[in-house]
Amino acid sequence: MNLALSDEQVFLREAARGALSRFKTLEAARAALNGEKDALPDLWAVAKEAGWPGLLIDESHGGAGLDAFDAMLVLGECGRVIAGISLLGHLPATAILNDAPGGAPLLSELASGERRAAYLPVCPPDDLVNEWSVDPAHGSERLPAPSAVSDGAGVRVSGELSFVPDAPGADLLVGVAILDGPRQPGCKPVGVAIEADATGVSVQALQRYDSTRSLGHLSLKDAPATVLDTPAEALAGAWYLAQALIAAESLGSVETALDVSVAYAKERHTFGRAIGSYQAVKHSLTEVLRQLENGRSLLYYAGWARHGGPQEFPLAASAARSVASRALDQAARTMISVHGGIGATWEHDAPLYFRRAQLSRRLLGGTALATDRVAGEVIAEADAA
Amino acid sequence: MDLDDTPEQAAYRAQTRAWLEEHKSEAPVLRGPGALKDEAEILAARRAWQGRLAEAGLAGVTWPKEYGGQGLGPIEQVLSNQEIARAKVPGILDAIGVGMLGPTIIAHGSEEQKSRYLGPMLHGDEVWCQLFSEPAAGSDLAAVQARARLQDDGSWRLTGQKVWTTNAHFASYGLLLARTDADVPKHKGLTMFIVPMDAEGVTVRGLRQISGEAEFNEVFFDDVALDSGAVVGGVGNGWGTALTTLMFERVTIGLGSEGLGYNSARFAAAIAGDEHARRDPEVRHQLGEIASELLAVRFTGYRTLTALQKGQIPGPEAGLAKVTIVSAAIKAGDLIADVLGPDALLEDSEWAYMISFLPGLKSAGGTEEILRNTVGERVLGLPPEPRLDKGIPFSELRSKEGATV
Ligand SMILES: Cc1cc2nc3c(=O)[nH]c(=O)nc-3n(C[C@H](O)[C@H](O)[C@H](O)COP(=O)(O)OP(=O)(O)OC[C@H]3O[C@@H](n4cnc5c(N)ncnc54)[C@H](O)[C@@H]3O)c2cc1C
Repeated sequence: MNLALSDEQVFLREAARGALSRFKTLEAARAALNGEKDALPDLWAVAKEAGWPGLLIDESHGGAGLDAFDAMLVLGECGRVIAGISLLGHLPATAILNDAPGGAPLLSELASGERRAAYLPVCPPDDLVNEWSVDPAHGSERLPAPSAVSDGAGVRVSGELSFVPDAPGADLLVGVAILDGPRQPGCKPVGVAIEADATGVSVQALQRYDSTRSLGHLSLKDAPATVLDTPAEALAGAWYLAQALIAAESLGSVETALDVSVAYAKERHTFGRAIGSYQAVKHSLTEVLRQLENGRSLLYYAGWARHGGPQEFPLAASAARSVASRALDQAARTMISVHGGIGATWEHDAPLYFRRAQLSRRLLGGTALATDRVAGEVIAEADAA
Repeated sequence: MDLDDTPEQAAYRAQTRAWLEEHKSEAPVLRGPGALKDEAEILAARRAWQGRLAEAGLAGVTWPKEYGGQGLGPIEQVLSNQEIARAKVPGILDAIGVGMLGPTIIAHGSEEQKSRYLGPMLHGDEVWCQLFSEPAAGSDLAAVQARARLQDDGSWRLTGQKVWTTNAHFASYGLLLARTDADVPKHKGLTMFIVPMDAEGVTVRGLRQISGEAEFNEVFFDDVALDSGAVVGGVGNGWGTALTTLMFERVTIGLGSEGLGYNSARFAAAIAGDEHARRDPEVRHQLGEIASELLAVRFTGYRTLTALQKGQIPGPEAGLAKVTIVSAAIKAGDLIADVLGPDALLEDSEWAYMISFLPGLKSAGGTEEILRNTVGERVLGLPPEPRLDKGIPFSELRSKEGATV
């Protein structure tokens, strides 16, 4: 039993913190919200320099050969300073390719960051939605995954995906399509890689509420794709990896929101006392800490499970996502209220964390889907016992 | 990062599992068909079973060898607990003694005390109780009024009342926090004593809880004679000694939640049995949130173990795990009762018992408010609340309290 960070992991985290501290990411986020063009720094260059694009790619293909927990540490640092860095889209895509023996030729340029990939988020079937599904552009009904039809050596993929993280500007789109499907007898999920500039691919860049989060609606019409021989578990695994990564990123934001709120609670005085001495304030801050600690523990669970107990990875990653999303909402709201009126002003950092919280909770299936998955997994375990 | 046993741990686990496999038929049956019914019979069987576990080295695993323990680390104790849970047999009867009071005596007691009391405690021959809380001293534990007065011959006379004392009705000894000097500030004038529960002047009265069962008691002391050897950790050092007990209490609660049966598997099984509920999105959402929090606590426990293994002492943040466990279990009881309906509240249902027990557990071992105060101050470094009792001799406090209302 050992859940401590290794020296290498501590170093990875510190290096990430150092690299990101060279940028005024929060000011940039506010400027971008103000509509300033090109306000956000180019953090992909930082990622390339640090080797983050190759975190989950084997060393034999030019990557660092690390695992989910290491990637989560980096995402946590990005979350601390609300850095939009395109890893949420890139890393699950590289995981799908890395697990496909045939994906090798695509990997070295992705590992170095010469090319950037985006993951097409397709959620594996669960008890309530009995097919691979995607987030809708509007409303709450889940829609079927893209379909693929054979075409000589490759396939042609058609379908719509909405709110795809980091899709704008990506060079390669990697995800799951349903061969001879969807909803046809005998159809099955396959991994696909699609060049972003191929015919039939269109990406509409979007912004919603949080200027640092790059999103795109993606339309595929008979887009030519390479079929990947990624095993089915790894296709599902990419979805859970994305859940774990957004959880880690959210908890990073919780850390900062809590630190800033605690510091303010120590220095702001009312009625002759620091506000942190009032139980209403103190207890709301300990509630953020409680949720943060729970989330952290689940990051360890997810980090361990991806290879240590793969059958538990869906449960672990979904639980981490569920707890972390709620923690960030709680932390951002607490940050605003502890700061009083100033917390609700445009110039303060609290609204940036709040905006991050509100949008993140609705991406990649949303928190509710992750929470439902936890229930599905523990019910399935109970059935098996 | 790994959850795997080291080769030594794997060997320990295998040996523990083998012993349990061979002896589990000797364990008392407490639930289901063939369960023991008679209180006295249950008690005797559980004492005997604790003795068997101790002989086999499955209890007091972290205690030093010279006092009957195994001299191993907290990891091995957890492995042992896990195997006991896996074998579906009861654990030890006296978790308060072996988990909290024994370790306090090991840390602060004299050689005589250790050699006299620890062995029988570990083997269940003498059960112990924690005589800390009083009617006017619970959260504010340092306000205890039970008064021990030094006699000319070096012995003590004890008068006062304790309350909420778990297991006092069958305990042989209690560890008692008493005031020995009222003319100094309240944390200073305290001393810890070992009290024989059969001494003249000790009266135990059962208190029934919400479930109707009487698992805790009020205990009265009327001029009880204690010899000088009853003091643990030195006269006037009672507060420091009590803090040791409270630290072990946190560890016990933080690492022991699975043992209390508050885990996601058990709650999920209750929901899974209902065809409609298991597909109801609202029920699933609640179950998902409850399960996530309880899984988090399991891994917080592993993080605590990692820290313990590195020789670090778990801090007050372990108290947050207790808050999570209790609140998640309360939500689970609520959800299960919603799903099962009034049958969940049949008096002998496991859920009725749990639902009745949890509101009290919120207070036991430190109330949620007190834990949040402690964590806010010690972990987040927030300023304490102004207090009115600082530096004032205990004997003057009562009149001051009256004046502030
Ligand atoms: C099932 C059970 C078993 C127990 N077993 C034992 C045992 O074996 N031995 C033993 O010694 N004790 C035992 N206890 C007692 C337990 O430790 C106390 O009940 C607990 O510490 C609370 O003290 P109190 O009951 O005096 O409540 P109080 O301290 O009077 O608290 C009343 C309320 O006021 C709140 N409050 C008090 N002070 C503050 C503050 N500073 N800030 C905010 N809120 C505050 C509390 O949170 C609580 O809600 C047991 C209790 C229970 C329920």
